[in-house]
Amino acid sequence: MAGITGFGGYVPRLRLQRKSVVEANGWFNPGLAGLAKGERSMCNWDEDSLTMAVEAGRDCMGEKGPKDLRAIYLASTTLPFADRQNATVAATALDLGEDLKTVDLTSSQRAGTSGMIDALEGMGDRAGQILYLAADHRQTAASGAQELQMGDGAASFLLGQENVVAEYLGSHQMSVDFVDHYRGQNRDFDYNWEERWIRDEGYFKIVPRGIDALFAKVDVAPADVDIMVMPALIRGVPQKIAKGAGIPDAAVQDNLHAVMGEAGAAHALIMLSKALQTAKPGQVILVIGWGQGCDLMLFRATDAIAKFKPALGGVDASLARGKAETNYNRYLAFNDLIDRDKGIRAETDAQTALSTLYRKREMVLGFKGGKCTKCGTVQYPKAHICVNPNCGAWHSQEDYRFSDVPCTVQSWTADGLTYSPDPPTHFGMVTFEGGGRLMADLTDVDKGGVEVGMPLRMVFRIKVEDERRGFKKYFWKAAPDHRKTA
Amino acid sequence: MPKGIRDRVAILGMGCSKFGERWDCDADDLIIEAYEECIKDAGIETSQIDAAWFSTAIEEIHVGKSAVPLSVALRLPYIPVTRVENYCASGTEAFRGAVYAVASGAADIALAVGVEKLKDTGYGGLPQNMAGAVSAMTWANASAPGSFAQLATAYQTKHGVDPKDLKRAMAQVSVKSHANGAKNPKAHLQKVIDTDAVLNAPMIAEPLGLFDCCGVSDGSAAAIVTTPEIARKLGKKDLVTVKALQLAVSNGMESQHNSWDGSYFMTTRHAAERAYKEAGITNPRDEVSMFECHDCFSITELVTAEDLYISKEGDAWRDFLDGFFDADGKVPAQIDGGLKCFGHPIGASGLRMLYEMYMQLQGRAGARQLSDPKIGLTHNLGGFPHQNVSSIAIVGLEGA
Repeated sequence: MAGITGFGGYVPRLRLQRKSVVEANGWFNPGLAGLAKGERSMCNWDEDSLTMAVEAGRDCMGEKGPKDLRAIYLASTTLPFADRQNATVAATALDLGEDLKTVDLTSSQRAGTSGMIDALEGMGDRAGQILYLAADHRQTAASGAQELQMGDGAASFLLGQENVVAEYLGSHQMSVDFVDHYRGQNRDFDYNWEERWIRDEGYFKIVPRGIDALFAKVDVAPADVDIMVMPALIRGVPQKIAKGAGIPDAAVQDNLHAVMGEAGAAHALIMLSKALQTAKPGQVILVIGWGQGCDLMLFRATDAIAKFKPALGGVDASLARGKAETNYNRYLAFNDLIDRDKGIRAETDAQTALSTLYRKREMVLGFKGGKCTKCGTVQYPKAHICVNPNCGAWHSQEDYRFSDVPCTVQSWTADGLTYSPDPPTHFGMVTFEGGGRLMADLTDVDKGGVEVGMPLRMVFRIKVEDERRGFKKYFWKAAPDHRKTA
Repeated sequence: MPKGIRDRVAILGMGCSKFGERWDCDADDLIIEAYEECIKDAGIETSQIDAAWFSTAIEEIHVGKSAVPLSVALRLPYIPVTRVENYCASGTEAFRGAVYAVASGAADIALAVGVEKLKDTGYGGLPQNMAGAVSAMTWANASAPGSFAQLATAYQTKHGVDPKDLKRAMAQVSVKSHANGAKNPKAHLQKVIDTDAVLNAPMIAEPLGLFDCCGVSDGSAAAIVTTPEIARKLGKKDLVTVKALQLAVSNGMESQHNSWDGSYFMTTRHAAERAYKEAGITNPRDEVSMFECHDCFSITELVTAEDLYISKEGDAWRDFLDGFFDADGKVPAQIDGGLKCFGHPIGASGLRMLYEMYMQLQGRAGARQLSDPKIGLTHNLGGFPHQNVSSIAIVGLEGA
């Protein structure tokens, strides 16, 4: 039986208060007033689709990850690299090995659901699981409605044939060149057509056809649907479609507009992942993805659903640990929507020696140090000679991955001198349980929010962006461990 | 323990430029300013110098690489000249090269010159890009104050010092140095400050405020060394000799092994133990007359006073508050104003510190003159608390 064997998700901690945006932009666009309620998720300056996908992947896989993983799919329309496979970077960060199928899926809001159908239907009789990631870091022009409607986030799934928590029942896909919006090559933002047309000619005409076609294929009726996942920016659309199809009202899931906004190609899957956190065995789940047609997937939760828990608490935990951001200027800055005077210190050249990065990819992206086989001392980075002053053994170290090792801060500072997109930059000596340490950047901390001994966990983040060459450097930073500080 | 350097080399002459924002000067102008004083003090001609060492740290922003800039500036007569760079210890490293050359017999007279022209970057503070290709991928986004600030959090945690008391003691470190620097016409900052000014200054890197940080300036200093015998032959009296030169360099333990708690400098302790042994000093708190330590930040000086075994571990903050290191205290520290008032032109700083010890020992320190100093110690700390180089030089009157 093919289906979902694990799930997780990630929503960035920062939640831009829509009221703050409307206060800033209402003079220009009075129509925004109707969107002033609630909050939308926003990436920290060091987050993007890739880092969110990695974090979501850790949520669904846990520390070790499955041994039989054979592929990783990454769906997004906002991947940091147009030509450097992003899924491969994620695979390296997640330490998934190199004998692996890696696929980037992009160029439609439907990329998330389409790729998932492809992955599920491609399973056939093959052994091994697939890590399925979807993430979007929405890019919108300042002062438009989309800025308020969009959000950032990621979803993750393990797909396989054993210990399935949600059985895949079937799908239907429709390909219709209905251009409700588009984003041209090398353009930053979407171009949108009128909402009323999208609703009446798009959603209301295309999706019902898809639903009819899906239920003609499967042994389940619309009335049997317990959970219906359908992102739609236009109010009331999923409800009306459900009604027309005979799907119970109660099945329609909240689109998370109030708490995070819509995270593009990942959004249907974020909603699905969230729904799975509370799904009961036997419940039927319909997922609808939209974009130049639509994708429809049908699942049925199995008894195993009750046992599976995302390692980091899933979408629910992510949503619960939001921090209200009322400074719209910070959002503008993080998303490069205004030209700022960053000062000369920001001009430091950030070129990456690609040959060096390749040699050190396990150390830098995979965050692997060494463990001395003679004395057991773990250390970062891995070195030819053991750092333990009572050992000093040569060539004795095996790989030791630090990503999931709990850590605490031994000393720290808030540095206002070094250039940071979000000053002051926090960093400190981070010591790992069981040994090893690193003078590490801290992230997702607030001024006054760090103290010696506070529990931390490592997260994969952007270290520096080489704006001149369009390259992003990634590394690991320490963030408060929400599981211990909550 | 090797025989060591004690009393085998004497300082023949020294010179030091005015430190500060020398908008009027290039590096070669500063070199000349220090060297002119130095060669005059030594009473010799350039042609008598057998070899030279040249220290400069961030060559990208001023002189460029190699020893050529020194040789050209001074028109040295095609002698061996070596450029040294070892973070903030660079100046003392040049001195070590010259002293070792004389001690070995390879040179009769050797020169050490350090210079740094920092004020051409367009911004305040030190340039930051020193990591190298691999470290740049993993090192924290750290400024110098940010790295050293962490000594404070680690120190107060380890010793149970109230952060407010520590902050007050750190303030006294700076207040004391400014009081000294106000009497020094070569210092960059010659202004007395009070504790409130330090405590209320803008934060640079918590808990270091503006007055907890030394400035960045331009400057140069120079030393000419020879054997005591040659110095005497050249008519020198009251010789200042080198008692010890030690250097300890991190091997990665502080940054990679959890045995280091972040509250002290492992390197300085190693270097100090060896230096005292080399100099024959058994009780530094009593025997060291004065010292110039690497007070890049107030907390650095505070912690270093312990690492030099002058204060007991965990007690330096009290010693500073008690005035132990003031000009009229038992062991005056930074009697010339220190990095705090001179700023830190990296390649020059170590030699600038030695210049003050030399002048004090010879009784030529003017308004700052201490009574009857016999042993002076200088200390440089380059890099970060968790990975650094630490150099110590002890000089003193011959026979002391």
